[in-house]
Amino acid sequence: MDFNDTPEENDFRLEVREWLKNNAPKEKKAGGYDSIDVQESALARARDWQAKKAEAGYAAITWPKEYGGLGGSSIQSVIYSQEESKYNVPTGFFDIGLGMCIPTIMAWATKEQNERYVEPALYGKEIWCQLFSEPSAGSDVAGVRTKAEKDGDDWIINGQKVWTSGAHFCDFGIIVVRTDPTVPKHKGLSFFFLDMKSPGIEIKPIRQISGGSNFNEVFFTDVRVPDLQRLGEVGEGWKVALTTLMNERLAIGVPKSADYSSLTQLAKDVILNNKPAIKNDLVRAKIADWYVQSEGLKYTKMRSLTSLSKGETPGPESSIGKVVSAPKMQDLASFAMDLQGAAGILNDPDMSLMHSIFQNQWMSAAGYRIAGGTDEILKNIVAERVLGLPQDIRVDKNVPFNELADSR
Amino acid sequence: MNFDFSEDQKLLKEQVSRFLTDNCPIEVVREVLEGDDFYSEKVWKGLVELGLTGTTIPEEYGGLELSPLELCVIAEELGRASAPVPFSSSVYLATEAIKLFGTSEQKENYLPKLASGEIIATFALPESAMEPNPDNIQCTFSSGKLTGTKMPVPDGSYADICVVIVRDKTKDSIGMSIVDLSEKGIEKKSLSTLDQTRDHAEIIFNNTSSEIMNSSGDGWSDVQQILDIAAVLISFEQIGGAEASLNMAKEYALDRFAFGRQIGSYQAVKHKLADMYIKIELAKSNSYYGAMMLNDKGSDLKIAAAASRVAATDAFNFAAQENIQTHGGIGFTWEADTQFYYRRSQVLGLSLGSIASWKK
Repeated sequence: MDFNDTPEENDFRLEVREWLKNNAPKEKKAGGYDSIDVQESALARARDWQAKKAEAGYAAITWPKEYGGLGGSSIQSVIYSQEESKYNVPTGFFDIGLGMCIPTIMAWATKEQNERYVEPALYGKEIWCQLFSEPSAGSDVAGVRTKAEKDGDDWIINGQKVWTSGAHFCDFGIIVVRTDPTVPKHKGLSFFFLDMKSPGIEIKPIRQISGGSNFNEVFFTDVRVPDLQRLGEVGEGWKVALTTLMNERLAIGVPKSADYSSLTQLAKDVILNNKPAIKNDLVRAKIADWYVQSEGLKYTKMRSLTSLSKGETPGPESSIGKVVSAPKMQDLASFAMDLQGAAGILNDPDMSLMHSIFQNQWMSAAGYRIAGGTDEILKNIVAERVLGLPQDIRVDKNVPFNELADSR
Repeated sequence: MNFDFSEDQKLLKEQVSRFLTDNCPIEVVREVLEGDDFYSEKVWKGLVELGLTGTTIPEEYGGLELSPLELCVIAEELGRASAPVPFSSSVYLATEAIKLFGTSEQKENYLPKLASGEIIATFALPESAMEPNPDNIQCTFSSGKLTGTKMPVPDGSYADICVVIVRDKTKDSIGMSIVDLSEKGIEKKSLSTLDQTRDHAEIIFNNTSSEIMNSSGDGWSDVQQILDIAAVLISFEQIGGAEASLNMAKEYALDRFAFGRQIGSYQAVKHKLADMYIKIELAKSNSYYGAMMLNDKGSDLKIAAAASRVAATDAFNFAAQENIQTHGGIGFTWEADTQFYYRRSQVLGLSLGSIASWKK
């Protein structure tokens, strides 16, 4: 048992390290996609870096060579990310496009379309977004109501999508829409890709409770999409969407957050019952619990990486990451605020202890427990796919979509 | 990256699992609970025949000289079967203590007999409900004689020898001594506990002959070293028990219908079982790291052992308890097999001192 690279992995790591040393940008601030108020200059830097990576084959390590990838393994991809994370490189602009949209294109589009779209995306020239969620289709994403109606060789799209990261700077999007409301919900969907600059598309930022904006709403009014841009058969859009969603878990994670070590720091600074809080056994026990959880997650990851290293698919244990880490973010932040007493409500970084990291984390954690699968949906997934429990009894399975209780 | 057990270790695990499935089904555990036997001699003998009592004992003393990782996989299967045998006291605690701190004479005397199953050993630390710390060790060793009370001592009613944590009067420090439990001047009383499938006794030593063991100099840190080793190994038993509980709950949730549907189709039940799974996986990951530290004699052993213990205790206690809840009424009857894990979870969870002390 060890955490060491195999000789082949080590060779690859050294090769990557050398390449990064010679090529990674030296700027202090990378300007990744952390808010929708993204600067044109940050985007330009990200495109440059992406092109460089693509040229070297590192932009899509696991893709086959004919698509511009390296034809490498998943563990090589992980090794590259580990090494790249030591540098301040721009991140976050291309993940959804390359992680979810383009793999869907590869699986379903024509040869000519692949030749047209894959390479520009890989090189960062064109950016893609995903248009699935809607105000009334979140966890139940097959419940989308945005509709497409056939008009000659085109389809006309009307409706609204939501939670679309990067929609305002994206060139293309993939979209799932309802083409037949008279059949049961999963059977009436079709899947398209479209030009995000098409007339009739309006994009508005969403403001979150944290005050930040990371996502958009996208409104469609008589947006025309050629039938040639349909992926899969009419009415089989759900099948195509599953290709995209299979890749979603690879793309969504929880950011590094204040953990037991920050809490320990805080507990040394605040006083509880006339002593530093860190001397309090209750506080120590809480810190110990979060330490054990964090260690559990860290070594769960090592177990998954071991599977990848052996060329196997990680086991079901890899599915527990977000459902543990997102509530932990929230609980730990809440406890840290409690230790600060009445002043725990302060979120002015100049006045609040530790520059209000816990207050900010508490605000954003509420979103992380929902984004990319709510706690509840993730537990359903564990119960159904890992433990083999039956699906919930569905009232929407064999009923035409337009006859469902809430689908008019 | 190779954070996993080897193929050989997985084979051993399968072998132990097969043996226990054939020879230690839950009926055997029930027989011990309901009968007068302290343990299942038949299962124990089978484990001895497989050589498992000598897993980490050096070949020169008749053992298999395998690594602690082999013990981890064995432990997981023993936990899954809720096996009524003195493996944790004799192997994880006493054997490890003698291997690490026995004099060469003691090793020559006891290790071959432990490997061959000729004797069963145990380990006596607590004396009362007080936290086991150096101040609370009142059992004294002086001029080859042992005096004081140990309680509860696992498998104390029938073990042949015992490693006793003592206050060594001559050196005025904590030490370990070995005592033959058939010596004169010993009173043993079997205790009534939550889990009668694992015997516990009160043992009173009254000027009993005993041999002191070696010490690194700080006797209490020697004791803690043994506890750390046992914490990792017992955490694997807990994981096995937790997985068995989850499996039992899952099978029941698939079989049982209420309001016209399988109860496993209700989200309240699904989420409960998913929570069990999540706790078990977090525990497993912590225990893998504990195992790695044990095997590497790594500097992180102490904290890794504590994390393994905290996570595995949480997982097993939760799984055993919610397994009963999932079963509803039948779950808390004597007839149901849920009780074995419910009982065992507390015995394993408390065996090395309270969780609060491991969190410290």
